[in-house]
Amino acid sequence: MTNQSILLGSMLLSPLLFLLRGQPRYWAAILLHLTVIVASSSAAISVFQGQAWGVDTGIYLLGVPIRLELDALSAFFVMVINLTMLTGAWYSGGYLKPYESSKSAIELSFHRFTYLWLHLAMIVVVMVPQGTPFLFAWELMTLTAFILVAFEWEKPESVHAALNYLVQMHVGFVFILIGLFLIQYQGGGSFSFSGLAKTQMPVQAFLLLLVGFAFKAGFMPFHTWLPHAHPAAPSHVSGVMSGVIIKMGIYGILRCVIYLPKEHWMTMGATILIVSIISGVMGVIYAIMQHDVKKLLAYHSIENIGIIGIGIGLGMMGYALGHPVLATLAFAGGILHILNHSLFKSLLFYSAGSVYQQTHTRYVEKLGGLIKKMPYTAFLFLLGALAICGLPPFNGFISEFLIYYGAFSHIGAGDMNEALILLTCILSLALIGGLAIFCFTKVFSIVFLGSSRSSATTGAQEVSLSMLLPQGLIGLVILAIGLVPGFFVHYIEQVAGLYLPDASLPHAYLDTLRYVGIASGIFILLLVVLILLRSIQQRRVEVAYGPTWGCGYTGADPALHQYTATSYADNFVQLAEPILGVETHYTPFAETEIFPHTHHFERHQHDPMEANLVEKPGNALLYYLQKSAVFQSGKLQHYLWYGLLFLMVVGAMSYLKIL
Amino acid sequence: MSILLYLLYTCCALLIPGVIAITKAKLSGRKGPGLWQPIYDILRLLSKGSVYSTTTSYLFQYAPLVNFAATLLALAFIPLGDIPGLMHFQGDFVFFAYLLGLGKFLLILNAMDTGSGFEGMGANREALYSMLVEPAFFIVMGSMALLSGHNSFVDIFSQFQDTSQYAILLGFLGAYILGQIAMVENSRLPVDDPRTHLELTMVHEVMVLDNSGFDFGIIMITNSLKFGIYAGLLANLMVPIWLPLGFRLGFALLISLLFGVMVGLLESFRARNKMARNPQFILTLSAVSLLFFFTVMIIANRI
Repeated sequence: MTNQSILLGSMLLSPLLFLLRGQPRYWAAILLHLTVIVASSSAAISVFQGQAWGVDTGIYLLGVPIRLELDALSAFFVMVINLTMLTGAWYSGGYLKPYESSKSAIELSFHRFTYLWLHLAMIVVVMVPQGTPFLFAWELMTLTAFILVAFEWEKPESVHAALNYLVQMHVGFVFILIGLFLIQYQGGGSFSFSGLAKTQMPVQAFLLLLVGFAFKAGFMPFHTWLPHAHPAAPSHVSGVMSGVIIKMGIYGILRCVIYLPKEHWMTMGATILIVSIISGVMGVIYAIMQHDVKKLLAYHSIENIGIIGIGIGLGMMGYALGHPVLATLAFAGGILHILNHSLFKSLLFYSAGSVYQQTHTRYVEKLGGLIKKMPYTAFLFLLGALAICGLPPFNGFISEFLIYYGAFSHIGAGDMNEALILLTCILSLALIGGLAIFCFTKVFSIVFLGSSRSSATTGAQEVSLSMLLPQGLIGLVILAIGLVPGFFVHYIEQVAGLYLPDASLPHAYLDTLRYVGIASGIFILLLVVLILLRSIQQRRVEVAYGPTWGCGYTGADPALHQYTATSYADNFVQLAEPILGVETHYTPFAETEIFPHTHHFERHQHDPMEANLVEKPGNALLYYLQKSAVFQSGKLQHYLWYGLLFLMVVGAMSYLKIL
Repeated sequence: MSILLYLLYTCCALLIPGVIAITKAKLSGRKGPGLWQPIYDILRLLSKGSVYSTTTSYLFQYAPLVNFAATLLALAFIPLGDIPGLMHFQGDFVFFAYLLGLGKFLLILNAMDTGSGFEGMGANREALYSMLVEPAFFIVMGSMALLSGHNSFVDIFSQFQDTSQYAILLGFLGAYILGQIAMVENSRLPVDDPRTHLELTMVHEVMVLDNSGFDFGIIMITNSLKFGIYAGLLANLMVPIWLPLGFRLGFALLISLLFGVMVGLLESFRARNKMARNPQFILTLSAVSLLFFFTVMIIANRI
């Protein structure tokens, strides 16, 4: 059997999910996912081994024959999609259990069905080279994701978030469509991305496509759907959304960059770099303000998309400036970060989902002390948090290190402008890293450490093994990339090679990566030895337990003595207030208030970009649309008049030869 | 050779707290403790049992060890001129900086694990300050990489002094910035005062308030090692590379001790910043390091 017929077979078998119930349905879904994974991954692996893979399916779509093709870029994305979709499906088995009583069987079947089709749609998106089937698969991906986000449709905010997503995706879709039309009618020759190489308007077309894909990827200022859709979706869908769906936007951009003529790489690279730096820094700054754990993670997705974009933009500029080594390192760093982010972000969403399942709240100020009730979930969240902050010995460090390494190696190689560009990249990465540490120490401490802050955590207990195992698998891959980066970068290099066909790839940096892996290994060894030594010492001494030092004041509830997320973020808010859009509401103490009574303090953060770029124009549009509602009078006579007027206008226009 | 260097830095690191204490004692007219007193304190702590808060979890017990391991490994990257550290590879200072970041991350969690408002305050302040100081280090290293054309500690420091006749000047400016970074990273004046007696105004001291016994000893050693790391970096900038080997090692030891004396002097004559002024102070450091960067660009004929 060929790969494409297996894919087709799993498509045809997918309605079977409606016939099954409970555990069999779960296993059938897993089996179908595995079929898709085997079929697509085997093709991807053969591509990585140097064999080209491409088939004509013989199916026609609007007169265009569908051809499936894989190059290194597509193959890489196939692997990323498969891994995250598998862990998501696996994790959902336990996560959806509580919904079995509240949701009807058909709803759950439909959920699994759309999840499978999302998987298929994404695989097809990265496999088809022609524009028409690409757009169809792209739309299918958007629609299935929309249905998945609206899973809890009885909650108004879920529907609102899903609709917000749907509308914004279609605005992006229009940009991609116009971009492709521009390519076709301005000398590109075909309705596909490869036409960028031939069209007379490559810059305009590329910018249109860039905007279209930026909506999907969540680059600022096109990110405003993300912080709504991620919290509203069930956690395995949030993990998949942040892990791979937004990466499809990055795929689109990377696909277009391949065909963009090299003389435009400087300007377009600079554009991507600037947008990415803004996304990276602002994303993490907004994240610090969030008190909804999934919304916080959504802003971190924007930040990480920024890091990926810094790699891509710097790679393009590096090539244009004549530094193939810098280009290789930056591209490799950016592309590896796609994989890395899909790993640690899905891990963070899954473990945050476990917390939500047990406590029924995402509001961090109601949580606390969960590390004792959910030790494994806490450990996995911590692993994800360390990885996303780019700390060794985990995977996030490797991708950021590649970009740093490229930048530091070339900072003295060019003139002042180059040095300033590279210093800006270094500084942004350092700033993002520092802010991410600030943010994740906040969220981890408030959710998992200290004492419980409300009754929400009372019934919490460790989640089932079927939810922990997929997270453990992701954790292992995270550690593996941190310890043997060379193995993974070897494949990434093939992807990066697509962008630098005429440059011989340098290999010295692979040695450096090996040393990084060794240093990380030594660190872990050292830690293990120290822990052993400590356990020997602990056996000899007496250990006592007591309450936390309260400065001699033990009367109050320990939960009230703790730092909260608001207070943790407070000293940063004071620094960054001008760009944050923070609103603080409180009743101040009166001078005569000797015995203080209850006071309230509330702090909200509004995304200024959302307010100015989405809400204001949207409201203005709504205003004029409402004005036009006078035509909808509900009287038949008026509607007949409209019909007559229309006919008269058409008649007049054809008489005047306008039509 | 690298092992000898590592041992030298470790010794310097362990001596610096004693030197600081002696300096401060002499300047305030006290007899003061002996040079070895901080080491005795650490040894005493290491043999003791701990009192754990019932609020804390397993993280609380292992976080100081992670910080210690990270700092021990970070020290292994510090070279002396062309003598490499125990470990070196291209871009090693990025690894170095992020390794210290890992230690700090865990130490913050260690403080937050106690569920105490005081420790939250300290951890929160330390998180903010170390975030703000990070860019300064990267600008200094970026400038050095630009000037020398290399990207690892040992390559940079072995080439740095030969790059131009102004290198010694740059060395002193770099040493000033790194010295200030060291003060922030080690929570000393003017950002934090280790002598302060009120929990509300502490930063690092209040952060480790609930640690005791062995774990507290580990935290004390880690603090000393951090001094050793920065003293080592200062030595790299100031020790002339053409001196014979023995003199260079001696010079490095001298600089470490002088660094301790400087800290003692500063802490004796300077008052601490107002807490709200600290971010501004630390950001000024980044501004000074940008000045360093532009000076380097002028010297390297890039402007």
